[in-house]
Amino acid sequence: MSINKQDVQKIAHLARLALTEEDADQYQNSLSSVLSLVEQMQSIDTDGVEPLSNPLEMTQRLRDDVVTEDNQRDAFLANAPQSEAGLFLVPKVID
Amino acid sequence: MNWEVVIGLEIHTQLTTKSKLFSGAAVGFGAEANTQTTLVDLGMPGALPVFNKEALRMAVMFGHAVNAEIGMTSVFARKNYFYPDLPKGYQTSQMDHPIVGEGYLDVTLDDGTTSRVGITRAHLEEDAGKSLHEDFQGMTGIDLNRSSTPLLEIVSEPDIRSAKEAVAYVKMIHSIVTYLGICDGNMAEGSMRCDINLSLRPKGQKEYGTRTEIKNVNSFRFIEKAIYTEIERQMDILEDGGRIIQETRLYDPEKNETRSMRSKEDANDYRYFPCPDLLPIVLTQDYVDEIKSTLPELPSQKAKRFQEEHKLSEYDAGVLSSSRAMADYFENANKIAKDAKLTANWVMGELSKQLNQEQLEINQAPVSAENFGQLLIRIKDNTINGKTAKDVFQGMWQGEGSADEIIEAKGLKQVTDTGAIEAMIQEILDANTAQVEQYRAAEPDKQKKMIGFFVGQVMKASQGKANPGIVNPILAKMLKG
Amino acid sequence: MFEQSISTLAKQLKNKDISSVELTQAFLKRISTLDSQLNSYITVSDELALQQAKAADALLQNGQGTSLTGIPVAHKDLFCTQGTLTTCGSKMLNNFIPPYESTVTSRIQQAGAVMLGKTNMDEFAMGSSNENSFYGAVKNPWNLTAVPGGSSGGSAAAIAAGLAVAATGTDTGGSIRQPASFCGITGLKPTYGRVSRFGMIAYASSLDQGGPMAKSAEDCAHLMQAMAGFDEKDSTSSEIASEDYLANINAPLAGLKIGLPKEYFGDGLDAQVAETIMNAVKEFEKLGAIVKEISLPNLQLSIPSYYVIAPSEASSNLSRFDGVRFGHRCDDPKDLLDMYMRSRAEGFGQEVQKRIMVGTYALSEGYYDAYYLKAQKIRRLIKEDFVNALNEVDVIMGPVAPTTAFELGSKTNDPVAMYLEDIYTLSVNLAGIPAMSVPAGFVNNMPVGLQIMGNYFAEAKLLNVAHQYQQHTDWHLQTPEMAKGA
Repeated sequence: MSINKQDVQKIAHLARLALTEEDADQYQNSLSSVLSLVEQMQSIDTDGVEPLSNPLEMTQRLRDDVVTEDNQRDAFLANAPQSEAGLFLVPKVID
Repeated sequence: MNWEVVIGLEIHTQLTTKSKLFSGAAVGFGAEANTQTTLVDLGMPGALPVFNKEALRMAVMFGHAVNAEIGMTSVFARKNYFYPDLPKGYQTSQMDHPIVGEGYLDVTLDDGTTSRVGITRAHLEEDAGKSLHEDFQGMTGIDLNRSSTPLLEIVSEPDIRSAKEAVAYVKMIHSIVTYLGICDGNMAEGSMRCDINLSLRPKGQKEYGTRTEIKNVNSFRFIEKAIYTEIERQMDILEDGGRIIQETRLYDPEKNETRSMRSKEDANDYRYFPCPDLLPIVLTQDYVDEIKSTLPELPSQKAKRFQEEHKLSEYDAGVLSSSRAMADYFENANKIAKDAKLTANWVMGELSKQLNQEQLEINQAPVSAENFGQLLIRIKDNTINGKTAKDVFQGMWQGEGSADEIIEAKGLKQVTDTGAIEAMIQEILDANTAQVEQYRAAEPDKQKKMIGFFVGQVMKASQGKANPGIVNPILAKMLKG
Repeated sequence: MFEQSISTLAKQLKNKDISSVELTQAFLKRISTLDSQLNSYITVSDELALQQAKAADALLQNGQGTSLTGIPVAHKDLFCTQGTLTTCGSKMLNNFIPPYESTVTSRIQQAGAVMLGKTNMDEFAMGSSNENSFYGAVKNPWNLTAVPGGSSGGSAAAIAAGLAVAATGTDTGGSIRQPASFCGITGLKPTYGRVSRFGMIAYASSLDQGGPMAKSAEDCAHLMQAMAGFDEKDSTSSEIASEDYLANINAPLAGLKIGLPKEYFGDGLDAQVAETIMNAVKEFEKLGAIVKEISLPNLQLSIPSYYVIAPSEASSNLSRFDGVRFGHRCDDPKDLLDMYMRSRAEGFGQEVQKRIMVGTYALSEGYYDAYYLKAQKIRRLIKEDFVNALNEVDVIMGPVAPTTAFELGSKTNDPVAMYLEDIYTLSVNLAGIPAMSVPAGFVNNMPVGLQIMGNYFAEAKLLNVAHQYQQHTDWHLQTPEMAKGA
């Protein structure tokens, strides 16, 4: 299984990773080899097998509807690359 | 060409839990930016979600209310996309296994016809934060207070065929969720938002046309207007032989038009997969049954009961049961007044008029249902007449006191003492001998018209306080001579 | 002092033969002397350590505390530590100071342990050699030109060189066991759900599990006493009560049924490593264990299954690193998209970007069924293999890795070859069972780890089995040359 460079750029865009042409070439190779490895899965018939997403197959625990957290805005904002007036700032969003 | 409109609606209702869907942060509108956030809502590294019990209960309640199958195993999935108000880069929602499955609602239109709208599903999901576009150094500000607020997204089948039907359906959902107490229904604050999927097809054609999705419409009026304007836009294109582009659009109420939201068009590959930080929610039949047993009376049931128990007309019953607050007000007032027709007329008349005038919700009315009922008692027992009652109601609204206090203070009590009325009438007859002569000489037919003059004089003399029910027979008797 | 066990140190602290401050100062000094050769720490938290040591001494003075009180430990740099830089081995987080504490580090701190610092690791725990760290590769104390293994390579190297008494690690596909094997220490990956993931920066949520790394099984048991147990902040945390991990550590092994999966001894396994493992098995037979051959028929499929599931979950888990609320943001973004694209491309290293792309691809429209769903079905088959095997035997034994630690740089050009080396560890994470790496000998002076796998929540049993072995062997007591005499 190999993928082409357009596929690589499309995936990189979905994943929001800026790739140079050179990067794209390199990732085309490395992704193709991982995908070939992964292809081995098709060698086994899994019809009728239930997918397993949690190894313990536990069920969801429920939390009581109570407010347990205080305002810690300043502590969180301390890690923000850019903030003002209690807001995280990002380049202009155009709807 | 004759076009048929096909509409399906997705309604996002914000659930009235105290804390968020996946964290212990407070839920609330209008708090200072980012003060109602925890590391979970901010998508900090290492943060993990834990699911709110109350949100689950609310969703199951809704399922019962729309005759739906309850998802005995429901699963949270991640919907992956990048947006600055989506802190984790994915929205936790439900995809293949929603908490509420197929159901339906019977919607009654203004003309009395009823149509059934299928409900495809309703699923729990977390809300995103807000982008604030005011200028911050030419940048956008992100407030994540709303992030992880619980939403129940209610998805209808494309069964709706007109703007009116759409609005009637949304109003019905609004009334159900507020009845259940699972949503405050405040559309202006975004507690209920509607996405409209709309397409046209030639009448008689089976296949659906290409649809557009109008996002985030947040009032009944805008829903109606957005649908009309989008129908018109699509029809113009189709009639000119053009094609509709499947896209997301935004309704601009100021220009009354919809426009394309290009920013949302970018690569809609959401890569859904079951959220590995959350586990399947598995319900027991006991749990589901118990919630069903706690379900309050729903609007349609209440309307039916009002007709049977209170002998109200279908129309009156429908209006009074449209909101739980109005129905409760009516029932509480009627408990005191014990006259359903009178109470219904006054709730739908004076009270509603006053609320509309001041743009208040019924639960904001300064006159309590109990006090309102006391006023109605005074009409019923002839202490005051209807006209005076309106003045007393105004006084109550202004906070001048209870009905009895105002009647007492202003001396508005009707005169019901027959002796006093007889004396008053005698005085009037004595002062108007000519009219009395004319009356007595007239044919019985004419007398009926002429008596009005004397009634008017009595009312004037009593400053409106004489009870017409007592005045009329005495007057007739005394005029006979 | 740097080779002492937790039990011995705890006794010395209790008897006031030594104070925690003295012990901590000694370790800090040793780190500053030796770690330039290893690069096992990203952050050394001297000040905090001494502060905690003082607090521990105060407790000890009053005869209070646990067996961890005053013991200097290190934490893998993906556990969020309040007020202390937490990088996850990435440039993305090179300025991230969490305002919160992970459950694991918080419980260890509650038990009175002293945090020396944060250990180096493969970026976002993606790697088996510790060469994928933004903060530089870690060297193996047994051979400074070899890798320590990964991703918890910093923790393993630090313990082997006596730069911490014990440490935390995390294991998504072998990240505790493989570096433990390569560095000659003892490591335990607990049952999925046994140790809280709260505050642990996620790689693959359904596979990640934190666990102890130390010189011996007994030391690991001391750490487990503090780390393990239900946490209401983690939905995947098990409510099953955790055990007393020391109570039965001395139970005899007579009659213990050991399964040797034939798939663990096939092609690709270095002959000398195989011989070392078989010698260890013979030692267990001497202790009365019964050995039988078993089969885990789908073992081979654990590699492709893992390399779909882990990157898929990672691609989503790592979306939050977007330059908005924390972490790296590129200079002068020209618009929002540019900010996302460049911040992430600059902040993440190559291996991380590659796995994000593999996962993005596997989850994308049209591929989901063929990749993600298929991988999850295989995951069930792998789990069933273990469940069946563990119906027949008490523990399963085999190698941790096909070879001993390889040379730095020798596999960086062929990442798929490196993925194949994870063959013996990945399946354990897919199944969610607990497993250990226990020092079992040397091949060409490089340590070899024996892997012991057990049933769900059988950590106490594994620690008992490993401890009994360590009572009769001294492989875990060996010290690398570079750490001697310093």
